[in-house]
Amino acid sequence: MTDQNNKTNLILRAQNLSKSFGGVKAVVSVSFDLHEGELLGVIGPNGSGKTTLVNLITGFLKPDRGKIEYKGQDITGWTPYRIARIGIARTFQMIRPFAELPSFKNLIIPLYSPRVKALSGGKYGDLDAVAKDYLEEVGFERESSVTYKPAGSLPHGYLKRLELAKCLALRADLIILDELFSGLSIAELASIVPIIEKLVSEGKTVIMIEHRLRELFRIADRVVVLNYGSVIADGIPSEIMEKPEVRKAYLGSE
Amino acid sequence: MWEVAIIYGFINSVILALTALGFSLTFGISGVPNFAYGAMYIFAGFVSWLLLNKLELPFFASALIAIAFTAILGAAMYRFVLLRVRGLVISEVIATFGVGLIILELFRYLGFSGFEYTLPVFSDGSLLIGHTYVDYQRLWIVGVGILLAIGLYFFTHHTKIGLAFRGIAQDEHTALSLGINSDRIAGLSVAFGSGLAAVAAILILPRGTISVNDGYDVLINAMAVCIIGGLGSSVGVVLASFIIGYAQIMTDILSGPQWKMIISLIAILVILVVKPSGLLGKQKELEERI
Amino acid sequence: MKQRRKERIDRGIKARSDDVFSLNSFREMLYVAVPPLAPVLILLILPLELPSYWQKVLVSTCVFALLAMSWDFLVGVGMVSLGQALFFGVGAYIAGISNKILGLPIWIDIPIATVLGGAICAVLLTPVLRLRGVYFSMVTLVLPLMLERIVEASGAFGGTEGISGITPFPNSYTESYLIVFATLFALFAFRRLVTTDYGLVLKAIKDNDRAVMSVGINIYWMKAQALFISGCVGAFCGAFITHVYGFVGMPSFALDYSILPLSSAVVGGMGTFAGSFLGAFILVPLSEALRGIGGLRIVLYSFFLVFFIVALPEGIFHYIQRKYQQFERWVEVDK
Ligand SMILES: Nc1ncnc2c1ncn2[C@@H]1O[C@H](COP(=O)(O)OP(=O)(O)OP(=O)(O)O)[C@@H](O)[C@H]1O
Ligand SMILES: [Mg+2]
Repeated sequence: MTDQNNKTNLILRAQNLSKSFGGVKAVVSVSFDLHEGELLGVIGPNGSGKTTLVNLITGFLKPDRGKIEYKGQDITGWTPYRIARIGIARTFQMIRPFAELPSFKNLIIPLYSPRVKALSGGKYGDLDAVAKDYLEEVGFERESSVTYKPAGSLPHGYLKRLELAKCLALRADLIILDELFSGLSIAELASIVPIIEKLVSEGKTVIMIEHRLRELFRIADRVVVLNYGSVIADGIPSEIMEKPEVRKAYLGSE
Repeated sequence: MWEVAIIYGFINSVILALTALGFSLTFGISGVPNFAYGAMYIFAGFVSWLLLNKLELPFFASALIAIAFTAILGAAMYRFVLLRVRGLVISEVIATFGVGLIILELFRYLGFSGFEYTLPVFSDGSLLIGHTYVDYQRLWIVGVGILLAIGLYFFTHHTKIGLAFRGIAQDEHTALSLGINSDRIAGLSVAFGSGLAAVAAILILPRGTISVNDGYDVLINAMAVCIIGGLGSSVGVVLASFIIGYAQIMTDILSGPQWKMIISLIAILVILVVKPSGLLGKQKELEERI
Repeated sequence: MKQRRKERIDRGIKARSDDVFSLNSFREMLYVAVPPLAPVLILLILPLELPSYWQKVLVSTCVFALLAMSWDFLVGVGMVSLGQALFFGVGAYIAGISNKILGLPIWIDIPIATVLGGAICAVLLTPVLRLRGVYFSMVTLVLPLMLERIVEASGAFGGTEGISGITPFPNSYTESYLIVFATLFALFAFRRLVTTDYGLVLKAIKDNDRAVMSVGINIYWMKAQALFISGCVGAFCGAFITHVYGFVGMPSFALDYSILPLSSAVVGGMGTFAGSFLGAFILVPLSEALRGIGGLRIVLYSFFLVFFIVALPEGIFHYIQRKYQQFERWVEVDK
């Protein structure tokens, strides 16, 4: 890729983002650029501000300082729903599905979004059928019982997939996954990783917050390391763990 | 005239703050919305009246016992009603509201109304401040009110249980991991708030007869002050009390007492539009952990 | 060791996905049709059969059932109102003013009061929607009581005297059937509404508002819509009663209009609307029958309220529904 190409491809730019809670500095002057089609991993020890960063980008928290640009537009201080409408989807670290609803009905919520309505020509139509399509895409067997089971009773692996399906249903361009891999078995991981790889190959941009470094490094194009709220490293996966400050941050905390 | 406004505005503000502080404190500590607050206030009034007139106890003894009883009632409400629905906001609201109604309407049914239901003033007579007469009871209210505020500050910042209160209020999880029993603290906070309602009742009620309807008024006023000041913020409550307290006295003097309530209403509507979480609301909009 | 345990089995006909079921016999058809048809038939026949006193009771029962449903709807979106009296009172005053002072005929002022009342309540309460938890309850509790005091103190809209001489309904059948139809309509419309995609989103807001926001839905706008819908129902009740009594005044903001609907919905069972309906049809006639005990009535309602919310939060309707849809039998189990 040439330099010029990179510039036109810029999708997200964070500049000097800072956020503190009372005395705790959760995010300190974080800046990074993200290009279309990239898979960015964000890692860091517990409490290093990863989730806070996600909340800042998606509008759930207002930054104390700094600026966020998405596709050249300044979105700092926008409400979460406005940000979602322009194509940024996220998952939550604490997954809380709509427990009483059947799995496929969980997707009605994103499908009801004004974004989806606008993208599909201004009408909602039969959402149930569309919902089942998306579930199939993330590996729910079509017309199987899991599709109809209350989401509260789904196994962990399916819950994570359901979260992914929500991002798909929203037809987001930038997808932010907050610790999607946590708590998954190797087998479950093996079935989810291809879905993410497929997303990237389709041109979506993905940010993955992860503690499962091995799995992340296999698929990430680039990794940003946070410690005490600041970026201490930013580079390609194969080199990132070699940096002394990263080793120190991780060894120091474990 | 300005002198009257300043003096009576101050007294009115202290009264408002006194009636609201307990509600705000309970909520600030444990998140329990005590909608039975007005009932606790009236309960204290009638209990101390009964002790005083039926058992013929001395006034201060009956007042202290009434405060203790009210606190116990609060604790009992927590133990037998709230504990079972802890964490379900809908149920907490409905349950405390229902308990309050039961208490208030039971008093009404039992015929507790009339001129004989009065509490004695602490001391008779009045004092001339400048050109304005102020009766001793109002001075008592102001004095105790201010002492109480200082005492509360000291209590929450320097005693063990007060610090535990604040610990729970600030971060329940950390407090739990430090071995603070959040259920016990929440129960205590409800008892404590109810006790404060009782203190307010003993101080304020001698100014007139005790009537069940006052229970609703106290609840409305407490809510109004908390909405304006910011729920759970004691400083906010005091600030709001002074704003409303003075605004009420000014409207009273300038355009008649019937407009007093309108001031509170306007204040509520304005604050809802300008800053829904109240002047010093701790509850920042959705800024919670996700 | 042998132990006895209660076993519950779904009756064969009830398909869990509640979309598809096939009816194989007339009996099964009855089984499905009776529950929704029974209230319809009873309500349609009652106004013809009841003596005029009990007809009034029916009317106020329906009003409380409507208020209870409008309360229940709000709870389903996560808003616990302690002041349906606000909706009721606003509707009542708009109807009274537009009928008596502006001279609008009854069939015009009721719809106006319904829609305008709903809109006013929604606008008044919208700012609170940005806050979670008990703020909504506090504000809804305070506003109607405050408005009552203000009307009293300022003498606005007739003050303590209220406005009387408002056009009554042409006859008692119009009156009864209007409210009966309104109640049935609301019952089925609400029950239908909550199963639509729109209703699903509303419910999702209650369960997890952040997840809903994160897909681009403006939850405040959705909640304001819910407020409007609920407000319209409440305001309609107020407007209706104004014409029944030919009078509107401070009592329209009274606590009764907040408490009784709340008790009805909780006792009947929240979240089903049929529960609110059932609760009102138990509590309101009961309170008429118990008029002898006077003031103890409110104590009794409140007691029911607390008892059910603490001990039987699912309410009567769920219980009946379970009995109707499931067999129960004692079985021996090895322990
Ligand atoms: N709403 C909040 N109020 C107060 N402090 C907060 C809040 N959210 C986060 N913090 C603090 O900010 C810091 C960063 O938290 P954050 O959740 O962003 O970390 P994280 O990197 O996501 O950690 P983990 O790997 O455990 O998920 C922590 O010290 C945390 O306690
Ligand atoms: Mg995190």
